[in-house]
Amino acid sequence: MDILDILLSASFWAAAIRIASPLIFATLGELICERAGVLNLGIEGIMVAGAFAGWMAVYSGLGLWPGVAVAMVVGMGFGAVHSLLTVPFGLSQHVVGLGVTLLATSSTYYAYRLALPEVTSPPKITAFQPWEIPVLSDIPLIGPALFSQTPLTYLAFILVAVVSLVLYRTPLGLALRAAGENPAAVAAQGLSVTGLRMGAVIVGSGLMAVGGAFLTMSAFDSFFFEMVNGRGWICIALVVFGAWKPGKALLGAVLFAAFDALQIRVQQTPLGADIPYQIFLMTPYVLSILALIVMSRRAEVPAALMVPFNKGER
Amino acid sequence: MRLEPIANPSLARSTLPPALAIAATVVISSLLAMLAGANPFGVLGLILKGAAGSQFAVLETLNRATPLIFTGLAVAVAFRARLWNIGAEAQLYAGALLTVVLGTGALPWSAGALLPVLVLTSMLAGAVVLLVPALLKVRFGVDEVVTTLLFNFIFLLFISLLLEGPLKDPMGMGWPKSERLIAEARLPRIVEGLRLHWGFGLALIAAGLVWIVERRTTLGYEMRAVGLNREAARFAGIPVNMVLIKTALLSGGLAALAGFSEVAGLKGSLTLDLSPGFGYTGIIVAMLALLNPLGVVAAALFVAGIFVGADSMSRAVGVPTYLADIMLATALLLMVLAILLTRFRVVRE
Amino acid sequence: MTGAETAQVVLRLDRITKRFGKLTANDAVSLDLHRGEVVALLGENGAGKTTLMNILFGQYTADEGRVEVMGRALPPGNPRAALEAGVGMVHQHFTLADNLTVLDNVTLGTEPLWRWRSDRSGARAKITKLAADFHLSVDPDAKVGSLTVGERQRVEILKALYREARILILDEPTAVLTPQEADDLFATLREAVAMGLSIVFISHKLHEVMDIAHRVVILRHGKVVAGMATADTDRHALAAAMVGSDVSAPKVNPGTPGAPLLNLRDVTTPDRGNAPGLQSVTLALRAGRITGLAGVSGNGQAALAELIGGLTAPETGQIALDTADVTGWTPRIAVEHGIARIPEDRHKTGTIADFTLTENAILESYHKPPMSRTGWMNWARAEAETKAIIDGYDVRCPGPEARIRLLSGGNMQKLILGRVLEAAPRIILANQPVRGLDIGAVNYVHEQLLKARDRGAAVLLISEDLDEIMALSDVIHVMSEGRLSPEFARGTMTPAALGVWMAGHGFDEGVSHAS
Repeated sequence: MDILDILLSASFWAAAIRIASPLIFATLGELICERAGVLNLGIEGIMVAGAFAGWMAVYSGLGLWPGVAVAMVVGMGFGAVHSLLTVPFGLSQHVVGLGVTLLATSSTYYAYRLALPEVTSPPKITAFQPWEIPVLSDIPLIGPALFSQTPLTYLAFILVAVVSLVLYRTPLGLALRAAGENPAAVAAQGLSVTGLRMGAVIVGSGLMAVGGAFLTMSAFDSFFFEMVNGRGWICIALVVFGAWKPGKALLGAVLFAAFDALQIRVQQTPLGADIPYQIFLMTPYVLSILALIVMSRRAEVPAALMVPFNKGER
Repeated sequence: MRLEPIANPSLARSTLPPALAIAATVVISSLLAMLAGANPFGVLGLILKGAAGSQFAVLETLNRATPLIFTGLAVAVAFRARLWNIGAEAQLYAGALLTVVLGTGALPWSAGALLPVLVLTSMLAGAVVLLVPALLKVRFGVDEVVTTLLFNFIFLLFISLLLEGPLKDPMGMGWPKSERLIAEARLPRIVEGLRLHWGFGLALIAAGLVWIVERRTTLGYEMRAVGLNREAARFAGIPVNMVLIKTALLSGGLAALAGFSEVAGLKGSLTLDLSPGFGYTGIIVAMLALLNPLGVVAAALFVAGIFVGADSMSRAVGVPTYLADIMLATALLLMVLAILLTRFRVVRE
Repeated sequence: MTGAETAQVVLRLDRITKRFGKLTANDAVSLDLHRGEVVALLGENGAGKTTLMNILFGQYTADEGRVEVMGRALPPGNPRAALEAGVGMVHQHFTLADNLTVLDNVTLGTEPLWRWRSDRSGARAKITKLAADFHLSVDPDAKVGSLTVGERQRVEILKALYREARILILDEPTAVLTPQEADDLFATLREAVAMGLSIVFISHKLHEVMDIAHRVVILRHGKVVAGMATADTDRHALAAAMVGSDVSAPKVNPGTPGAPLLNLRDVTTPDRGNAPGLQSVTLALRAGRITGLAGVSGNGQAALAELIGGLTAPETGQIALDTADVTGWTPRIAVEHGIARIPEDRHKTGTIADFTLTENAILESYHKPPMSRTGWMNWARAEAETKAIIDGYDVRCPGPEARIRLLSGGNMQKLILGRVLEAAPRIILANQPVRGLDIGAVNYVHEQLLKARDRGAAVLLISEDLDEIMALSDVIHVMSEGRLSPEFARGTMTPAALGVWMAGHGFDEGVSHAS
């Protein structure tokens, strides 16, 4: 199979959209945090925690949607820890973020071992199934790619629109963006910078956890260690690539996922068989770094990103 | 609430918050141990015993601390200059890689000649691995946090590629594993008969040297200035980018020594599980040490003790070893908060 | 004044006391503001004006006393309370987000947060009307970052008016304006007063206070020391009351200029963001002369300071020291050529807050003997040097081992002066050297600059404060949008005449650049 054939196949694009979905959730989550002025390096661990929590909830008998809600709540919990330390206390966002990632990852693994002490391979759940959207799913190429996905994928795309709308069209979004640009402006108008930023980090962390849950509840049907595998860090690169704008971040995630889907398929071609598989596995990380190099020059970084705000500082 | 700096903190002010942080960590871990159905006091006792309860336990802790001292120093040096090196893991593997490339027979020299060469070449390899993100930061303004993190994944895949290709041990029964080091490339034991190799001695020397660099040399002064206020450093004429590059070289070199010492002192060959996250744990070590190079030694011993103790506790009572990671993450988060509270007072407004 | 004594009291600060540790920032401060009245709050830096305003706006809670707006007590510690009661504040350091539009900045926080849509068309109409009523023309869709300083201030005032403020508080509003812009501002304020608004005008510029205010309240060391109607007083009486003792400004004799020490020829630097670079600037700094650089900040002064300070190289043109061409240099080379640099922001660029005094004192000299040799620091020598600076420049501090963040602004500035003046520099670049200092420290800095001039140094004084420029400079240039005006000799220009140049007029009239 030739690369052009791959690019024109519906299954390729369906895979790309599927691979993009968890990235979209988590990138949106990170974007919300950073727009309010907080870098959230807890993302990697929060995705792990979300992946486990959602899956475990369903395994314990909850429905799929309540499972997603459980994942979200767990993510928000870790977000609360992160935001408490970084916002009112203004501690280093780098250190706290990495600490939260470690805390979330290790507590997840601990919980997994406690919940399933005996198993050698993790049990499976009945994951989200694709919803064929009537009429639209019959469109050639686009139909199978976009409209035969699982509901969580649809939710990811809807969320991009919702987050965009909230950020650019509502008073809350304006206040959030201002908190990331100049918190003093927000405080001078009688709004609480602390409240806005903490809220953004907590909600953003919830979305990251849903991104993780997508892996265990939609992409796969089980939980493995190392399954997040750096996706969180890639999402941080995607936020930069998307210039802190939801629409562009979506584009970046899909583009990125397309490359990922492509490398999986190229691996199976005669050409790909001669190349060590590690080279293919490296591509997403290398691409992320390239994206950062290309975009870091022109992107409009929120002016107060990583700058703590102390009320009434003299 | 607002934070107000304290000009002259009292003794209680400077000791109480860290003590409370440690106490809270212990309480939280005990509760988690209870969740696992174990007696919390028994668990803590077992961890302590496993870490320091016998000669074997102590040596095991010292051995485990060795790579952590190196990665802790690497992180401490970098963070001091506010260069966020989260890639000590990759730099560690770079050092290990050079050790097996040159130490499996390529240089048929005596130990006295070979070991210093291995030390220097591994340091060079680690330095080069961090140089790339540092140059990207200085040249293009790319945030080094993300690049160093991503480099960890890339480099581990690279090692995997090599171990399944050119470096693969033909006698390795198909496992991705390098050939074994020649005897001259192995680090001798400090005391004959005791399972503790000279990597630990090297780590102590490294900590002392870094301490001297930070306190006594112009480079140390520059690193601190650049870390505390980059704009003021630049204004004063400190070559900020050059300092960051030098810091990166030093930091990468130190992290690489962890890889060298694990291969040459302990394992004898390179495998993909050489490091169970020593690079990341180095961040905890450095933060608990408040970035002080001598403190890194103490923090590394503490962290290593928890890991070693938790392993032995887990074998005894079946509480998952991940409890150790939770303890350390909790200790890290509470300790950074505690340190803040030794210098600032929280005022309600 | 129109019988304000009988008018309604709209704002009452009643015996406000606020302590920070041992320091009493406000000591039973009382102030009444009537409808349609302008009250000037006068006091030098550190007198407690900012603390008082922070209490009014709920950023701090007073230890004692109360705030009443329109007869109702404000709950303490609630930032929204004052805004909702109709008090608007125009901060000295604007609280605007550069990357957002004027419309966004003005409407921020004015609608309930939890609402699905912002009423942007309504907001736009309201802003347009307010702008017309108060002569505050500004494009609502412009990004704030692209506006001039004067325009930004209009946005700040619009913010307050948009919230239907009945009381306006302006903190040093003219510090950043040209004299003409200040006149426009005063016209707007008179308009506002005529419509029944009341104004608190915080300033230390006496002539403005006499010009705009009906009454003056003078704050010194946290206490109200005097209150009078402007009609019953004059500038000298106000100055005496503000400063307390007879701290007199240093006497300025004209300098005797010598040879040019630093020459800029046709220097151009690139624009940076919204800040213009230099547009073929030609300038000579002569020995024994203070050259004043007037202008509204953000017009290229930063570019010039960075260029002379060695932080940037010119895009085209030349810098020459004596005759040696030093184009393309670094801060270190600049210092080695005898350039002393007093930076604009002593907290961010002048010092490292968590470094000790010693470590700060050697920032420019640590890399060479005697402070270090072949990479090894000589800390004993560094500390001795620092002690000499502490003694020689009267730096009040616990000792050379103290962190510099504990020092007051004035003492910090004295350490910087010591650091750069100890080497007897030939050229001194003083960028806003007295910003935020109290009058004692101001005079000290000015004395040091004059002393350096008299021993033959060439001084470039960059300041937003026209009074400071006119008092000290032997010659004055004005900078506007990166262009440099001709040289004006001491005493040949009025503030208004300089203001014409500051506003960017005069450059195109074919006047050749002086050197």
